[in-house]
This record gives sequence, structure tokens and C-alpha cells, in this order.
Amino acid sequence: MIRVSDETIDAPKALAAFERDMSDAGAIVSFTGQVRPQSASGEVSTLFLQAYSLMTESGIESALAEAQRRWPLSGVHILHRTGEMRAGETIVFVATASKHRRAAFEAADFLMDYLKTEAVFWKKETTPDGATWIEPRQGDYQDAARWQTEKVE
Amino acid sequence: MVKVIYFGRLSEVTGTDEEVLDIPEDVSTAGALRHWLDLRFEANGALLEPTVRIAINSKIGFDETSLNNASEIAFMPPVGGG
Repeated sequence: MIRVSDETIDAPKALAAFERDMSDAGAIVSFTGQVRPQSASGEVSTLFLQAYSLMTESGIESALAEAQRRWPLSGVHILHRTGEMRAGETIVFVATASKHRRAAFEAADFLMDYLKTEAVFWKKETTPDGATWIEPRQGDYQDAARWQTEKVE
Repeated sequence: MVKVIYFGRLSEVTGTDEEVLDIPEDVSTAGALRHWLDLRFEANGALLEPTVRIAINSKIGFDETSLNNASEIAFMPPVGGG
């Protein structure tokens, strides 16, 4: 299941529900991404996330299909915030379920790399210096490139 | 009439998130639209940067992509990061 919305994410509740749904899975991995209180330019008061509804969701759907093709997954749950958030709030929640842990770990890592580097989101950070739109760091691309060598042509 | 959306930092260059435009007939491709809008906003090339992608009706297009049947066009700066 994929949800992109400006509603608050309750990660513990989402994980509990996923564990209930996936009680036969054997292995569940979850990742929660939160707004960092500090950035390179100082204390972050708010983070604003903009999506392009259809493109954002269809992109995440393709990444999910790719994950399902690569790993034997019993289920995946992806929640992503948009709109304005404060430090400590959850931006993203990803949970994967599989029979064994390796597939669940790797699929969650793969999906997070997609969400960080390729998913259609734009971020604006507000610090004491003002508001700035954030664009990718080189490291983000390197994280995502890790998966390309394994791509089946 | 076509809806044009400027995402991320581009909304600061253009001064608007989105607008509805009457695009001249001779501006018939995505590339021509980039140039036309860049001049119109005096954007100094911000809309011409190769990293800025254009989506036509929610599908990524190229400079030669035709604007025939375009009802929504989006200018998309690089995504991700942070």
C-alpha cells in the first residue's frame, strides 16, 4: 500500500497494523525517516515537501513493482508526507515483509534509496537564514547507484 | 488554454506556482515553450537548464515533444536530496 498525503504519519501505529496483517511473513523490516532538527545551514524550524500527485505516486508504484520483482515480498507499506512539517515529525515510513530477513532488509533499503533520490518531491527548508529549496547531494545519487549494477537487462 | 506548473525553486523564479496560459501557435514544442517562458519571466536561463525536466500531461517529455493536446505542463527541477 502506498499513501502520499499531508496527514501526520504515526509510524508505531502503522508498523503495528502491518505486523498484524503480515503475521505469517516471518520477517518484517521497517524504516522511519524524521525531520532533522539541524541542517548544514542551521536549526530547521520547518520543512515543506511538495509532490506532483500523479507522477509522484506512479513513480513510487514503479519502484515498488521493481522491488517485488527483485525480492520475494509478502507485503510492503509506504507512507510519505507532503506539506509543512516540524523537526522530529515523520516524513516517511517504509515497511517490508518477507519469509526471511535478507529480502525484507534489502527491499526496504532499495525503496528508501528510490524515495530519497528519484521520487518526485521537492523540499524547502526554513532555518534562521530563511527558506531554501534543497537539491540533491552527490552522496544521494551514489546510494541509488548501488542498485544499478544488479539490474537485470 | 494550458495549465503550467512551476515546481520547487522555479516558483521563485517565475513568482507563481501555476498559471493558465494562452500559448502562441508558433510555440509548438516543449523546447520552444522553455525559451518563450524563460524570456517572458526574464529568468536568465533558469527554465533552460538541462536538469529542469518538463512533464506534459504528467509524462516526462523532451525538448522536441509536441505540445499538441497538452492540457497541463510542469517544469520540474531536480528532485530528491536533503
